[in-house]
Amino acid sequence: MKTTETSPAGTAEPLPHVVKTDLSGAKPKRKKRGDGRVLNVFSHGMLVLWAFMVVMPLLWAVMTSFKDDNAIFSSPWSLPDRLHFENWSRAWGQAHMSDYFLNTVLVVAGSLAGTLLLGSMAAYVLARFDFPGNRFIYFLFIGGMSFPIMLALVPLFYVMNNIQLLNTIHGLILVYIAYSLPFTVFFLTAFFRTLPTSVAEAALIDGASHTRTFFQVMLPMAKPGLISVGIFNFLGQWNQYMLPTVLNTEQENKVLSQGLVQLAVSQGYKGDWSGLFAGLVMAMLPVLAAYIVFQRQVVAGLTAGALK
Amino acid sequence: MQHGKYRFIVGFLAAPLALYAVFVIWPFVQSIYYSFTDWTGLSPDFSMVGFDNYARLLDDDVFWKSLQHSLLFALVLPVVTIGLALFFAFMINVGGRHRKGAAISGVRGSSFYKIAYFFPQVLSIAIVALLFQFAYNPESGAINSALKAVGLGDVQPLWLGDPDLALWCVMAVLVWSTVGFFVVLFSAGMASIPKDFYEAALLDGASRVTTFFRITLPLLWDTIQSGWVYMGILALGAESFAVVQIMTTGPGGPDYSTTVMVLYVYQSAFRDGAAAYATTIGVALLVVTLAFAAVVMKLGRRERLEY
Repeated sequence: MKTTETSPAGTAEPLPHVVKTDLSGAKPKRKKRGDGRVLNVFSHGMLVLWAFMVVMPLLWAVMTSFKDDNAIFSSPWSLPDRLHFENWSRAWGQAHMSDYFLNTVLVVAGSLAGTLLLGSMAAYVLARFDFPGNRFIYFLFIGGMSFPIMLALVPLFYVMNNIQLLNTIHGLILVYIAYSLPFTVFFLTAFFRTLPTSVAEAALIDGASHTRTFFQVMLPMAKPGLISVGIFNFLGQWNQYMLPTVLNTEQENKVLSQGLVQLAVSQGYKGDWSGLFAGLVMAMLPVLAAYIVFQRQVVAGLTAGALK
Repeated sequence: MQHGKYRFIVGFLAAPLALYAVFVIWPFVQSIYYSFTDWTGLSPDFSMVGFDNYARLLDDDVFWKSLQHSLLFALVLPVVTIGLALFFAFMINVGGRHRKGAAISGVRGSSFYKIAYFFPQVLSIAIVALLFQFAYNPESGAINSALKAVGLGDVQPLWLGDPDLALWCVMAVLVWSTVGFFVVLFSAGMASIPKDFYEAALLDGASRVTTFFRITLPLLWDTIQSGWVYMGILALGAESFAVVQIMTTGPGGPDYSTTVMVLYVYQSAFRDGAAAYATTIGVALLVVTLAFAAVVMKLGRRERLEY
């Protein structure tokens, strides 16, 4: 609404210091003042509507997590009669959310560190050294981005069973790393190519080994790239659902997304819906909070790959 | 020096490559091999059966349903999501009226929209699916009670319980959760288009709609195309698995009305004990995915515009 009131005024006022834009604005405006305004109201309305549709379900979930079971079913949209914090403590303790959190933190910490280390090592070699098979290995890695993972998971389940890695935290970490490598290698290879070669050459001439050059010169220079791809992998691994569903079915080892789904399924007979909502919000809030704080970096990290 | 170089290359590539080979490449190769066997997954014994699994695939109604749904996902989801995202991104970046000397500007509050639209992208798809499962609940869910509240008490669809509607409900959730990503992606692309192009066009009397189709769309084409492939792969793979498996009854919906290929692979292997057949469906999914990517790349090929 505001734009429609302010914008005609804004253009009608002559802008003395920028003559060019004044001209550019005036011409189309005169021709279609009426229908431009309708279009503007409509489009802005759509933007507001979508923002509402995105934010509303999230607020609804937060609100519902403070209600008791009765109120959830009888009046889904009413405010809670009082703040039922016991939902949260029930979800954290009885419903094992604390365990799921711990498992997720362990798995993601291990696999994120592993992904960044192994991914940057492979990417550096592929970006900076000529050797037979370089292109082949590169395409082997990035080919993994377009294959349906589920196809590989069927045999992988039995492979992991045979080598005693099924349903273990460290097994899951290895799988997360392996399936994060394609994008990580793709992204970091492009990134290492953009870095100047002269610094590494100088380090080599000064007598540093290749390994030392990599860890002490190249990795610090690649920090922006590592942060971007790190955020991308962090979110992907924290939110991962398909890999643990197939490869990690042991109750004690379940990660957040799995635990919540299981909680939802078991509500069929337990009927603790308020606890489930508390669990959902509990899982949602840290990520949303982190996103709001690191908004710029997150967006850069998630969109960087697709823009290349 | 040379010797050191090769030792370094091998040393650095060995660990990542080994891990990748064992957990990714080798299972892919194996699963193609298994699709020609009668392996159940339950016992280690199996024998070669040639193309039997593929013949069975052709007669399997559930497979054809899942294929249909997966194709629908791959066609509808990118069109709707990218269409909406382009519209929003254009509004946010170029759609605002002129003010303060800038030739083009976004609508008011554009940075707020960019932040808010991106919310679903940082949430796990499992959480999103659970949330909407409640919202869709016909008796006490948020959507139906909202309909009641605005006086549409007669319109109380069963949503996920209605075989004709369930698939669309699931797709709506995927659209909801991915539009924000593309809005931000396209916004970044639009920000890199030089402002003088718009200035020149507006000076010549072009309308906003014209500038969108003549300037924004062609210059953004590469980004749209890779976004299209990305969305298609998601819609055929992991994302559709999560939403269908979590949200629909069965899972797979009333009378297989929402089953998708990736879910059918999972169910055949880990519920029905038909691992070899599951890999056969998986191979079909692989073919569909690669064909989809190839078609989009082929159809979308244009002369690259340098600016």
